Amino acid sequence: MTERTGVEDLLRELAPQVLGVLVRRYGDLADAEDAVQEALLAAATQWPVPRPPDNPRGWLIAAATHHLMDMWRSDEARRRREDLDAVREVTAPPEVSNEDDSLALLVLCCHPALTPGSAIPLTLRAVGGLTTAEIARAFLVPEATMAQRISRAKQRIKSSGVPFRMPTHSEWGERLRSVLHVLYLIFNEGYAASTGAEVARSDLSGEAIRLTRVLHTSLPDDPEVAGLLALMLLTDARRPARTGPDGELVRLAEQDRTLWDHALIAEGVALISAALPRGAVGDYQLQAAIAAVHDEAATAEQTDWRQILALYGLLERMTGNPMVALNRAVAAAMVDGPDAGLALLGALDGRLAGHHRLDGVRAHLLEMAGDVEGAIAHYRMAAGRTTSLAERRYLTTQAARLARTARDPRVVG
Amino acid sequence: MLLMRSAPIEDVPPIHEWAPEDAKAMGAHMMQIHQELTDRGELLGAEGLTGPEAAKIVTSDGATAPVVTDGPFPEAKEFLVGFWIVDVESEERAIEVAAQTSAAPGPGGRPTRRPIEVRPIMNMSAPDPAL
Repeated sequence: MTERTGVEDLLRELAPQVLGVLVRRYGDLADAEDAVQEALLAAATQWPVPRPPDNPRGWLIAAATHHLMDMWRSDEARRRREDLDAVREVTAPPEVSNEDDSLALLVLCCHPALTPGSAIPLTLRAVGGLTTAEIARAFLVPEATMAQRISRAKQRIKSSGVPFRMPTHSEWGERLRSVLHVLYLIFNEGYAASTGAEVARSDLSGEAIRLTRVLHTSLPDDPEVAGLLALMLLTDARRPARTGPDGELVRLAEQDRTLWDHALIAEGVALISAALPRGAVGDYQLQAAIAAVHDEAATAEQTDWRQILALYGLLERMTGNPMVALNRAVAAAMVDGPDAGLALLGALDGRLAGHHRLDGVRAHLLEMAGDVEGAIAHYRMAAGRTTSLAERRYLTTQAARLARTARDPRVVG
Repeated sequence: MLLMRSAPIEDVPPIHEWAPEDAKAMGAHMMQIHQELTDRGELLGAEGLTGPEAAKIVTSDGATAPVVTDGPFPEAKEFLVGFWIVDVESEERAIEVAAQTSAAPGPGGRPTRRPIEVRPIMNMSAPDPAL
């Protein structure tokens, strides 16, 4: 997935277009997708280096159609349906642009009937043009397991009978939300990666940004698409400062901000500044606005927490998400002191009971309030509950640092 | 990760004392779970371990030769029998798989109700971009 050549980039750009054409003509995502993969493989081995054929898109459509016909001819049961599809072809919609095909394909792959665990790999393969092996590597699962997931996702779409076309006006809002959610999850899968075996995953963030850029090009006036793209860029900009030399997590407040990617920040800020005034404010725009406030502070001390607190307030009212409420409590502590934050946490004990993030935030606020013993206990509790090794290491270190200061007040952590 | 331990269960004798058809039914049940996990794209790995008779316990101080003893301690009543590593959408699904495994038929087709331990696996990810 790293070090792609020009031909590989071209193939990945063309893959969803070619697949879109085949699905529109023949109406079967599962088979068309297999045929396009065959065509891509053939192109990778047969195209003359360094110059691909003059009409690479036409070459791939012809090759994929040929594979599809081969597959159908070799299957007696399929032959009957081929006749049916020949009929369907006559009534197929008129030629549409490549962009529309790619968009329709993205919407189809992110169908709400699929779980994220199915929609994500299907999207990466069908729209992103990644191979099953690459996707399996990125998600750290065996290739056979990933192949099975993709195949099940395709079968599910087939059996749901969803037609390959753009959703109607009334369906559009819900379908676009599914697409944005899948792209957001792909980004997060990659962004969470830090070291070692997880490095392959970080390419997922790049892939999510690429696909969201394509979507933004198709729908330049949609403020939530712009908001999601801005959120990804503003978050990805901090990646270089996020891990220390030993792969340990560096928290936002302690990051070396000179390492941030300021070109990405400028692009993200411009996107969100243009989207917000359009009025249809959604949660991706609000998250992007919060990320922008963080990114625009030259030092952690200069962070405009008052603005962040107000934005989290809006976001909480819009989503009702308890994790947002947790972040709002941190912002409240930064504006009005730790007791204000701790008071807000009290209301979350029911909804987030046993969640390591609640323990972690409570530990942090107790430490701010000077309750060392309470902070140690909650850091330890959080460390026992998190599933992230990097975070466990961070939380354990915090508890150890406080325990040492508690034993010997002269040593300052 | 789903962990199966060997531990005496009330009313269930050790498997080598079962009737052959009961042992066969149990094996078929486990194969069926394995197949379902494979078909759903959830199975990352599964291993059964040899009995404690073949186990060794290694202790080392990093400087002198390691001390190797037979183990787990022969008198131990409980040891790890095997495990499944699954990647599922939710904790509910992991519990469902564990329940199917626990309900594997024992003597006379009655469910063995062997306890299955469900443990999340740690990962290297940082969970929250705000961190």
